[in-house]
Amino acid sequence: MAELEQRGDRTPVPSKWEYASAPESRDIVKLEERYGLFIGGEFVEPRSGDFYKTLDPSSEEPLAEIPQAGPEDVALAVTTAREAYENGWSAASPAERAKYLFRIARILQERSREFAVLESLNGGKPIRESRDVDLPLAAAHFFYYAGWADKLEYAFPHRRPKPLGVAGQIIPWNFPLLMLAWKIAPALAAGNTAVLKPAETTPLSALLFCDVLRQAELPPGVVNIITGDGATGAALVKSDVDKIAFTGSTEVGKAIQRELAGTGKKLTLELGGKAANIIFDDCALDQAVEGIVNGIYFNQGHVCCAGSRLLVQESIYEPLIEKLKRRLTTLRVGNPLDKNTDVGAINSRQQLDKIEQLVAAGKEEGAEIYQPPCRLPEKGYWFVPTVFTNVAQSYRIAQEEIFGPVLSVLTFRTPDEAVEKANNTPYGLSAGVWTEKGSRILWMAQRLEAGVIWANTYNRFDPASPFGGYKESGFGREGGRHGLEPYLDFEGAEAFGG
Amino acid sequence: MAQAPALPTGFELPLEPRLPRIGSVDQVAVEARATDLSRRSIKREAKVFALDLAVRMMDLTTLEGADTPGKVAALASKAVRPDPSDASVPSVAAVCVYPNLVQTARERVGDSGVKVASVATAFPSGQSPTDLKVAEARRVVELGADEVDMVIDRGAFLAGRYAKVYDEIVQVKEAVGETHLKVILEVGELGTYDNVRRASLLAIAAGADFIKTSTGKLSSSATLPVTLVMLEAIRDVFEETGRRVGMKPAGGIRNAKQAVQTLVLVHETLGLDWLTPDLFRFGASSLLNDVLMQIRKEKTGRYQSPEYFTID
Repeated sequence: MAELEQRGDRTPVPSKWEYASAPESRDIVKLEERYGLFIGGEFVEPRSGDFYKTLDPSSEEPLAEIPQAGPEDVALAVTTAREAYENGWSAASPAERAKYLFRIARILQERSREFAVLESLNGGKPIRESRDVDLPLAAAHFFYYAGWADKLEYAFPHRRPKPLGVAGQIIPWNFPLLMLAWKIAPALAAGNTAVLKPAETTPLSALLFCDVLRQAELPPGVVNIITGDGATGAALVKSDVDKIAFTGSTEVGKAIQRELAGTGKKLTLELGGKAANIIFDDCALDQAVEGIVNGIYFNQGHVCCAGSRLLVQESIYEPLIEKLKRRLTTLRVGNPLDKNTDVGAINSRQQLDKIEQLVAAGKEEGAEIYQPPCRLPEKGYWFVPTVFTNVAQSYRIAQEEIFGPVLSVLTFRTPDEAVEKANNTPYGLSAGVWTEKGSRILWMAQRLEAGVIWANTYNRFDPASPFGGYKESGFGREGGRHGLEPYLDFEGAEAFGG
Repeated sequence: MAQAPALPTGFELPLEPRLPRIGSVDQVAVEARATDLSRRSIKREAKVFALDLAVRMMDLTTLEGADTPGKVAALASKAVRPDPSDASVPSVAAVCVYPNLVQTARERVGDSGVKVASVATAFPSGQSPTDLKVAEARRVVELGADEVDMVIDRGAFLAGRYAKVYDEIVQVKEAVGETHLKVILEVGELGTYDNVRRASLLAIAAGADFIKTSTGKLSSSATLPVTLVMLEAIRDVFEETGRRVGMKPAGGIRNAKQAVQTLVLVHETLGLDWLTPDLFRFGASSLLNDVLMQIRKEKTGRYQSPEYFTID
């Protein structure tokens, strides 16, 4: 029982109400000591002979040994995918492909708790999010593209869609399983085979996914999973694939684009962002505060479309910032597996260093920092949810992607100025608009240079909705009918005049 | 579409020059936030704390045409000593009854500290002339009520006659004097969260000590999102003026789990300061037994059958 505290002449109020810890049990996850590369439907030893350890970022505890695939391993995976494509998968009936995708979707739903726990364990994200966001969306993606597999002719009428062959796919560590679903589901629906490389720090859910593929009896070689660091990714980009799909940093994206120039390989890039979340003074204020919090602290801010630049109309600035700071004090930072955790661990030492470096730059440049009082665990990688006010457009924290729980607040006076400031960035992935005025939402949406624009909400995803960027945030779309296109050739198109 | 009300006289303007703001509520987002908070996992000592608090915050209620002195006496006894087999279970905050039963309740609760609340102002519809409502409120105080639960005139509110609603609350407040005034919005009839927010601010500006969701006579009542909207209005008033207004969800909260979820909402919206019967109440009739059952389960590790808890 909490002690009571006497305040003035009023009846005493409790001095605290601490929620007892409520951890999701990790027993449901069975980890191997050492994993292999998933090639041709089997786990095989890496020819490179190299392994590295993958960690739980909330405790720095090693979880398993992961193979570091070398160029030979990559070549083997791609050859295997090529054989699977030529000897069966390309000839399989579309309904047959749909069948496997439906199976995978269903198995993911059935095993969702296991995957959610593993995702939080290896990635540091709160179980609340892996359970309520990552897993349902990953399964939904497979369901959605399963539906398209036998309807491609209808998705692209008169264009005779054909698969490309082998897709090389490289995914980031922020939504490991969900990004895998975004990549593999459309590739398979379109009739391709795939070689996928999960991020170096978060390979475990992709490796567990191999078990799902076997359970679904997907023909061997149709999906191959190879693990490793950037060197493995580079080898995959150079290998004999027909297409590269990459989600990750703009820097690496540019390098890939240079590498592929002139090779005829198709490419889609989903890169960084520095999204403006724009708050007009007529918005529903308390809900906007929730949207801001969800925009930047969701998944510790490890979200390419995070609302990291808050643009607030000056007339509402003070009450909004007061409310936001107050709200930050109720965020619960800690054990990712605790069901009451709102903000989990930073994914890696390297990412934590980057966040700390940019936050230091923000302080140096003269921005005002606010961090709520917060007890962080001693071990693991952690960063307190942070708000910078008094930020100028020219500061690094207003320009560069921090990819962490750090919000930069700027102000504007008129809708025109909001658009100008929002677009004044090399990125163009997403934006948010908060206003009660429907006409203004449409006016803003026409002018904002961003692939995704949310109105009176933020960070909502649906498999039917295309996602992708403008400018240095990349090109190509994932999700929706648009998401099939990068995995298809349209050879017959000329006959119909393009 | 009715216009937002001009600020009535008496509204405490912020000291700093800032535009007073009624504001609006986004339905989708407020429901999402309430759902998120309802997923907090409250276990063991945190749960025991909440259950004990829920008992101390309860306005044990009977508002039936069939209420008799016998029924109310039984209820009042239960209010004083909810679980005769466990002395550590506290008394509830109040019993809430119709005016005719105030004296019975008053006698039975005696000096136990349990308050007697009476509904008034043509409860539940509020469709009577203002002078009758004011007279009724004054009379229930004379009869011995410590607290008065009045209803707003939803007919006037929905017709856009905000000033009438406001004036009526002001007059009732004058009539009951120092007696604690709870103003029932009957959210189920207001139709939108925007209206709930407006009515909350209106009632607070007019002098309500508490705002209360419902009469309990409608099926749609104290949902979590409605409660959240009202708590946010209370928070805004506190932040602008420093005045603390209480909150009472009533109707529809039938089990301990809902009560705990509601307390999480209060905790994370208004903080610890509102976790007191001075500023938060549950209006309920069947909730108490479920809370008692959960308390005993937390203490003994097993559930007891409902027969062990008195029906009053």
